[in-house]
Amino acid sequence: MSETIRPGQEPVSTTDEFLKGLWKQNPVFVQVLGMCPVLAVTNTARNALAMGLATLFVLVCSSTAVSLIRKIVPKQVRIVTFILVIATFVTVVDYVIQAISLELHKALGAFIALIVVNCVILGRAEAYASKNPPLRAAADAAGMGAGFTFALLCLGVVREVIGKGALFDVPVFGPSYQEWVVMILPSGGFFTLAAWLLLFNALRQRRARRAAADAAEEVAA
Amino acid sequence: MNESPFSLFVSACLVNNFVLAYFLGICPFLGVSGKLATASRMGAAVTFVMLVSSVCAFGIHALLDAIGAPYLQLIAFIAVIASTVQLVEMFVKKVSPALFRALGIFLPLITTNCAILAVALFQTNKGYGFVQSVAFAFGAGLGFTLALVLMAGLRERLELAKLPDVVKGTALALALAGLLSMGFMGFAGLGGGAS
Repeated sequence: MSETIRPGQEPVSTTDEFLKGLWKQNPVFVQVLGMCPVLAVTNTARNALAMGLATLFVLVCSSTAVSLIRKIVPKQVRIVTFILVIATFVTVVDYVIQAISLELHKALGAFIALIVVNCVILGRAEAYASKNPPLRAAADAAGMGAGFTFALLCLGVVREVIGKGALFDVPVFGPSYQEWVVMILPSGGFFTLAAWLLLFNALRQRRARRAAADAAEEVAA
Repeated sequence: MNESPFSLFVSACLVNNFVLAYFLGICPFLGVSGKLATASRMGAAVTFVMLVSSVCAFGIHALLDAIGAPYLQLIAFIAVIASTVQLVEMFVKKVSPALFRALGIFLPLITTNCAILAVALFQTNKGYGFVQSVAFAFGAGLGFTLALVLMAGLRERLELAKLPDVVKGTALALALAGLLSMGFMGFAGLGGGAS
């Protein structure tokens, strides 16, 4: 995690900062960070989306704030400062969700408050926002947040479709579908994430093999 | 809530195991479960932090209630946990430098172990009394240690197995955790119902 811009290195555009979080450095599938909410609240697609958006908001706000204060925070107390900044924004989100939908607040439970200890957020604050100007930090955070939401949706959709035969509460398989209850239960979360990681691993290995084959061909030719 | 401390203990430890049923503390669960010895010591450190922060959280909650500032709860909790972890870190560094090195980055990361903050949050949300809180925190810590040690045992065995490259690493660990979690579902109904 050392994507600070070094002198002499080609400056990366703000759009690229945004895009890398979506795919190349996806916080869940590539960096394997922030696993707890990924597994815990993805039993339905709706919960997954809500959790993703809440995390996205906290991530963008706290990264911008951390970036703004990066020059006045002494090095020794930076982690504590970051955590307190994050906790403040999480409290805001907690109360906002409670105001919008009490039902959703109940479904997500303590996991909204637990956004504080999501390693993705502290990770971005420490690795990126504390070393870069606000605009870039916000773009980076938005990308990571979007990537995180995407990953949550990947799990939520699979688990809800297989486990409940529905998507966003709309039935997709018809009434005679036998639900796989295990997918809604905790173990289903582990299995689904394992399957996604396997898929990503396989894709990455295939790409590496192809690149190696191409290189070998070039040498031969 | 008038559950007996013992049933809370069993419930937090086995039935609603923090790692395998609530998905709390997955990062250290996947990160430090490579070796049996490290795993059990990590479990002990986490249990200790949980107990201390649970006691502190009980006091903080009462205090914030008295001065009418519930919105400060989360911030106060996280500050207490961070300082407890700092304390444990200094203690471990002094007493056993070898363990300090083995735990590495995961020791300061106990601060961001969601299981600990969750103990503090759950006990206040459910309005547990002091004895109940301590029993709950101890059960949760023990449950975390149990899950970590079981996982470490499994992974030590797996070192000897021949595996295709694709499944190596996190994907395999997650599939294992899924199986463990299924096993723990067998405890459902034990200790006077789930909370």
